[in-house]
Amino acid sequence: MIQFIVHDENDSVGVVTVEGLKTNDTVTGWVMDQDKLIDIKINQDIPIGHKLAIKKLNKDDTVIKYGVDIGRTIANIEVGDHLHVHNVKTKRW
Amino acid sequence: MNLSEKINAYRRDNNRVGIRNYVVILPVDDISNAACEAVANNIKGTIALPHPYGRLQFGEDLDLHFRTMIGAGSNPNVAAVVVIGIEPGWTQKIVDGIATTGKPVQGFAIEKKGDIQTIADASKAAFDMVRYATGLQREPCDISELWISTKCGESDTTSGFGSNPTVGNAFDKLYENNNTLLFGETSEITGGEHLVEARCANDAVAKKFMFMFNRYQDMIERFKTDDLSESQPTKGNIEGGLTTIEEKALGNIQKIGKKCRVDGVLDKAEMPTGKGLWFMDSSSAAGEMVTLCAASGYVAHLFPTGQGNIIGNPILPVIKICANPRTVRTMSEHVDVDVTGLLNRDINMDQAGDKLIDVMVKVANGQMTAAEILGHQEFILTRLYESA
Repeated sequence: MIQFIVHDENDSVGVVTVEGLKTNDTVTGWVMDQDKLIDIKINQDIPIGHKLAIKKLNKDDTVIKYGVDIGRTIANIEVGDHLHVHNVKTKRW
Repeated sequence: MNLSEKINAYRRDNNRVGIRNYVVILPVDDISNAACEAVANNIKGTIALPHPYGRLQFGEDLDLHFRTMIGAGSNPNVAAVVVIGIEPGWTQKIVDGIATTGKPVQGFAIEKKGDIQTIADASKAAFDMVRYATGLQREPCDISELWISTKCGESDTTSGFGSNPTVGNAFDKLYENNNTLLFGETSEITGGEHLVEARCANDAVAKKFMFMFNRYQDMIERFKTDDLSESQPTKGNIEGGLTTIEEKALGNIQKIGKKCRVDGVLDKAEMPTGKGLWFMDSSSAAGEMVTLCAASGYVAHLFPTGQGNIIGNPILPVIKICANPRTVRTMSEHVDVDVTGLLNRDINMDQAGDKLIDVMVKVANGQMTAAEILGHQEFILTRLYESA
């Protein structure tokens, strides 16, 4: 069963597509562009629609989704971490 | 999906095709709302479009007001219009603008008569218009004659890989079918503007697009007090998992598909002058943007949502598409097209696009949308600055 989706394998993040994912769950993701499956252990509860890191990111790194820059990290982020407004900000405005 | 099938719709005197048949009671200004609503109450089969503006506006903001009023009255989903204003000058200007479509339109001014006499006179005119409009028959028209707009709302991450690319798939097919299409939401392209620029048909279109994009960015830079988080993206977007404007924008522009080119650029409430895909400079707020689409002459609207925006419009049917299983479960009465199957690979994007076009054809033939059944009639005017 697919529990998260990644647009492209070079992206930094995937998006959770099911409800109820809990800390330490190992979840299966579908990488759309390459049509393959990956497994990742998540480090926090992550709600449906929210993102998990599929790559390790350092503070001030660029986050990639759809193969495009979607903002900068404001903290170090491990694979499986919940990635959202607490650790990523826009580069605009 | 066979796009060469006919739909049954209303062909207007100016040869535009409408899918609804409203008799509209249109106020020129805020203080004429009461009279318009009284007429709409007296005469069944009419609809009033109350709004809060139209007094002491000036310059480009006033031009936009007139374009929006005249455009709404001229929309092919409207059969006939009664216009009521406080004084005859601006009332007549809107009547004259709508009259160029050839449809029945009459203006009434309240000064020197008062509300009660105006309501009586306008009700008589509205009575005749309902007789006229309800005597019109739907007739076979081509799907390619439909002008179709899109704008998304309360987006979340499922919008970006579910409901928005579903619209994109449908737009690619409708573009090939020679339909007249529209997208906008200028601030919501921030971070993906280079991608839209690259899709423009030629340098002149690209230049005009970037002019509109930069004009909006300048406005935001002038008035912002923070990074707009909770406004753009909205609190609902953030709740749904969208983190930055760039991420939201990249999801947003999935709506223009993979093949459509941007053939032209419009200012707010301007009418396109040819077929193809048009970009309209506009707010990303649902009520404002959908009303501008109605004023530009669009007759059906494709509205993908993630967290569940409930928007409707009094004259432009709004078709909601959703890929978020929680939203479809908790807000099913707001969803016209369920594409949650995309997320678990039960259906592919091509099937989702066809499913949307099937519903659009049903709506064009007269089936009511969720927003119509629930009575959502948001008629929301865009303002550029304060009144004088």
